[in-house]
Amino acid sequence: MLRFLFRRAVLAVLVCLTVLVISFALTRLSGDLAISIAGPNATVQDIEIIRKNYGLDRPLPVQFVDWAAHAAQGDLGRSYLYHAPVAGLIKDRLPITLTLGLTGLCIALCVGIPLGIIAAMREGSALDKAIGLLALFGQAMPSFWLSLVLIIWLGLNLQLLPISGIDTWDGYIMPGIVLAFSAIPALMRLTRAGMIDALSSDYIRTARAKGLSSARIVLKHALRNAAMPVVSIAAVQLGFMLGGSIVIEAIFALHGVGYLAWESISKNDFPVVQAVVLILALIYITLTLLADMMNAVLDPRLRTA
Amino acid sequence: MSPVLEATNLRVTFATGVAAVRGISLTVNRGETHCLVGESGCGKSVTALAVMGLLARGARRSADVLRFHDHDLTRMTERGMARLRGDKLAMIFQEPMTSLNPAYTIGSQMAEVLERHRGVSRAKALERAAELLGRVGITAPGMRLKQYPHQLSGGLRQRVMISMALMCDPELLIADEPTTALDVTVQAQILRLLQTLQRELGLALLLITHDLGIVARMADRVSVMYAGEVVESAPAATLFAAPTHPYTRGLLRCIPIPGTVRRDEPLGSIPGVVPRIAPDFIGCAFRDRCEHVMPDCARSVPRQNAGTGTRLSLPPARRLDASRGRMTHAVEVRDVRRVFRSRAGMMTAERVVRAVDGVSFTLAAGDVLGIVGESGCGKSTLARMILGLMPVSAGEVLVDGRSLAAMDRRERARLIQPVFQDPFSSLNPRQRVRDIVGLPLAAQRAVPAAQQRDRVMEMLARVGISAEMADRMPAQLSGGQRQRVAIARALVLRPRIVVCDEPTSALDVSVQAQILNLLAELRRDLGLTYLFISHNLAVVEHIATEVAVMYLGRFVEQAPVDALFHEPRHPYTRALLASVLTPEPGKGIPDVGLGESYPDPANIPPGCRFHPRCPLVVEKCRTTAPDGIVRDGRLTECLLV
Amino acid sequence: MSASILSVPRRSRLPAVRHLATALGVLIVGMVLVIAIIAPLIAPHDPFAQDLNLRLVPPMWMEGGSSLHPFGTDQLGRDYLSRLFYGARISMTIGIFTVITSGLIGIALGVVGGYFGGRVDDVVMFLITCRLSIPLILVALTVVALIGSSLTVVILTLGLLLWERFAVVARTTTMQVRNLDYIAAAQAAGASRTHIVLREVLPNILTHLVVVATLEMALAILLEAALSFLGLGVPPPLPSWGLMIAEGKDYMFFSPWVIMIPGVALFVLVLGINLMGDGLRDLLGAGRIQ
Repeated sequence: MLRFLFRRAVLAVLVCLTVLVISFALTRLSGDLAISIAGPNATVQDIEIIRKNYGLDRPLPVQFVDWAAHAAQGDLGRSYLYHAPVAGLIKDRLPITLTLGLTGLCIALCVGIPLGIIAAMREGSALDKAIGLLALFGQAMPSFWLSLVLIIWLGLNLQLLPISGIDTWDGYIMPGIVLAFSAIPALMRLTRAGMIDALSSDYIRTARAKGLSSARIVLKHALRNAAMPVVSIAAVQLGFMLGGSIVIEAIFALHGVGYLAWESISKNDFPVVQAVVLILALIYITLTLLADMMNAVLDPRLRTA
Repeated sequence: MSPVLEATNLRVTFATGVAAVRGISLTVNRGETHCLVGESGCGKSVTALAVMGLLARGARRSADVLRFHDHDLTRMTERGMARLRGDKLAMIFQEPMTSLNPAYTIGSQMAEVLERHRGVSRAKALERAAELLGRVGITAPGMRLKQYPHQLSGGLRQRVMISMALMCDPELLIADEPTTALDVTVQAQILRLLQTLQRELGLALLLITHDLGIVARMADRVSVMYAGEVVESAPAATLFAAPTHPYTRGLLRCIPIPGTVRRDEPLGSIPGVVPRIAPDFIGCAFRDRCEHVMPDCARSVPRQNAGTGTRLSLPPARRLDASRGRMTHAVEVRDVRRVFRSRAGMMTAERVVRAVDGVSFTLAAGDVLGIVGESGCGKSTLARMILGLMPVSAGEVLVDGRSLAAMDRRERARLIQPVFQDPFSSLNPRQRVRDIVGLPLAAQRAVPAAQQRDRVMEMLARVGISAEMADRMPAQLSGGQRQRVAIARALVLRPRIVVCDEPTSALDVSVQAQILNLLAELRRDLGLTYLFISHNLAVVEHIATEVAVMYLGRFVEQAPVDALFHEPRHPYTRALLASVLTPEPGKGIPDVGLGESYPDPANIPPGCRFHPRCPLVVEKCRTTAPDGIVRDGRLTECLLV
Repeated sequence: MSASILSVPRRSRLPAVRHLATALGVLIVGMVLVIAIIAPLIAPHDPFAQDLNLRLVPPMWMEGGSSLHPFGTDQLGRDYLSRLFYGARISMTIGIFTVITSGLIGIALGVVGGYFGGRVDDVVMFLITCRLSIPLILVALTVVALIGSSLTVVILTLGLLLWERFAVVARTTTMQVRNLDYIAAAQAAGASRTHIVLREVLPNILTHLVVVATLEMALAILLEAALSFLGLGVPPPLPSWGLMIAEGKDYMFFSPWVIMIPGVALFVLVLGINLMGDGLRDLLGAGRIQ
């Protein structure tokens, strides 16, 4: 098992390095970053000054090595817009995005897993079909549009929840619901598939032949085996939610990392953009690594091999 | 004394409308072994599940009487059935590898039976579990209880399943193909165990199997099932001595019996396949395959069908003259080795498996070399190397006197062709039969289309596939028909050598006989050389001229077929032969005398690789690896010969 | 043995409902496709023509609506129905061309990795992991912001980002097929590697890939709408449904239909594609794909 985790860790480091290159290369796509930073109204002299100031006149490999070396020490550069260290900006906003992501994940797990179990136990029934249809609805719902609809309905018409900001804790609920909506179909389908597999397996037949109660068969014998892929997909979904929160944060005016990124993209503040890409990728890699470890704990075949 | 289990007119119909069990009656008494025997799809497992109340959702069960002791099972609620199951009514299944929950320890899974039915504490339950594990012959039960299923071999898991079934002292034990997934040497051990337990505990045992050998050795009473009905039920001795139903007689003729085989005669076989029966079916389900069919058979099932039992057979085949053909050596294999480096997923340390570890042999044109061995011995790997589908790690394969490695793929295809085991995965499901069989011709790129078509149709006719089936998809064919198509594909290029890798293992016994007869006939007519791989000794004895016994990647014995079967020299060969269960009632289950399980091929024992299981082991076997000794045309790799 | 009878997948008890759903999906997608193709013929107005005197006219079924503008007008007085019809063109173009781009990349990578295995497969797996770890929307937004927004840029960006599910599914299914005996038989028959990949492997994984294609098409359409909504997708004045929602956002409290109409259109189209995909999965027996 240690060997397994070691291999995964090596893979993670390689992916990190690649992402480092990608996030750097990304901001150089336009050809000349200085022109992008300076904006449309800049003169040739302005651009030249920017180029000098930000070290953009150096060869690309030099720029990359310089940036990567600093990034490795936690120095992600300075924001053009805020004139502050990027690392500090992200650190201030990360808790908001993480809270939002975890809220979304909790809602998604609380809805997706029970629905998946129920659908699997009633496979082929009208209830199963209804739940399947619900998942399709969730998949088809554009999150930004759902946000607006919820704002009109829950926020304006019913006045149940605040329509933007997080001055109080309930500010997280609406954006959390929207985020969860995108993750519920995947969680529900995987739980359903895993439970159907488990319930039709030979060991469940054995458990029934032993005369165990249905509750024990479903909750002890089937769920434990169906849980492993769900843990992996939950980690992946949390990663996607953090990455996708940019839309939600923009709509609900939550000043998290996503909002920062959106603002920076529209204002050409590229050190921030490449740092956020890097941080989100690192979080995703960490999450999948954690999921692997949890699976190793859950699955004796991995633990004792 | 009232029977433990009594069923009258038991019926099961699936939601799809298929009538799986059509009014069968059977009784099982205390201390009695009742065998349900039949081919796949005959309804024998469904019968067992119906008794246990474990049928899939949507299946309907009805019966005039279904009684377990004084419990009327027809009126039992699901809750009541659950209280009986695992308590007085226990069942074990075919697949020991998947029948235990991978997420929990053996101890936990065994203990929960007693906790559920007796309400005892975990500690008490574990005590009982350890006692039973000892009873089924598992050493160090205390340690085993803490292990997970994946840490045990198949044979050990089946022992665990058996002891789990015994936790509450059941009165009826239903065993559904309990040894089908196991190797022959392990099968004998498990069957012996079942027999001993049954006698000691006075169990009523309902044993379900497709293997007439097992039936003969285990059963007190036999019920033969066909298409959802019991067609014949009799005490075992009576049934084997004087079978009355044409189906039973046909089945008995289909099995080759080691030591009694007359190779110049084809096996008996039953034409056709088991039909699917709709609920409104009338008459005898066997009539389309029956040699004594009468007009009345379409209206009602005749109770007793007289007949003389003439042999269903092809004209007797001659033995091929070994010197025929222009090649002296069709295949020559020189010290071939294959090493696999793999990880089981990414999580385990690298396993280095020496799957084939130095095999040499020559195969003369026109001969049939049978290669036998248990699963994991490397026989399929060897076959793939000889086919050129897998590179050798060391050594050389010569086909028709030339190195296989130096041949281009088209040339190789013209010389040597495969027939694989699983007829369901060996045909591309998205191609028509004619395209499948035509592929080798198309790949040659030298045969005009019209000629290709003719040769495909000719070959299909040759293997008994009618012209209108040429446009079908594989899914529309039965298992036997698919295997015929696979044979046609192998022969359409007129190769000299055919490698048959377990070509009949996935087939029912009546269909197996058809395919074996076809292979024998084709060899005779086309002058083919076969490399025939099988775990079934009887089949090999029937078709081979020369036999090699493979163990952990090496040939431990190789000899002409009669010599090997009548005078085996290697202790492993003797054990293998001893573990074959011929359909001879009253002979009991032999004690094979081998140690527990097949060794891990990643961890080959030092010295003689067979020594940990050898009944004759002496000190030098542990340190000295034997060389192959060739004496009077036979090879034996043993220090004691 | 007989147990195989028991493990036959239980057929849906409501086959009619299932077929109905599939038919509905096909109907929706077909209709949107037809609308997209013949938009110029059926649109009642020029979708770009502004009429500042007729701003935010409600749809005809609401108070103050007129049959001249059945779905009303937007904040610049452009006919909403016409813009909706032209918007279908953008969504369908994005969906189809993104899937073609990402499908080619993903299937090629997946089949190569699955068929050859070993180091080649390690590289493919590595590429998939890298792709999964970079945040999709953020990267797409950045690329569009830097290169400039246009339909082609959006298609290429999404196409280059959305290939991983194709690759994953193509890889696993190829691996399964590769181990089947008919592949070994084709090799023994002397068939070339190209023949084996194109004729023996691909046809047998195609059903799975078709299902993935529907999923990806739906995702691409949703992503384009999201990018356009954030102002970094299709540039105005093109009538992308996402852009229509973004432009209507400021008026949604008093004229909710400005966001409801394009939103519902988007939702229905994506639902239709997914229904079609689900139906295809059952019909083609592609089984479950995670």
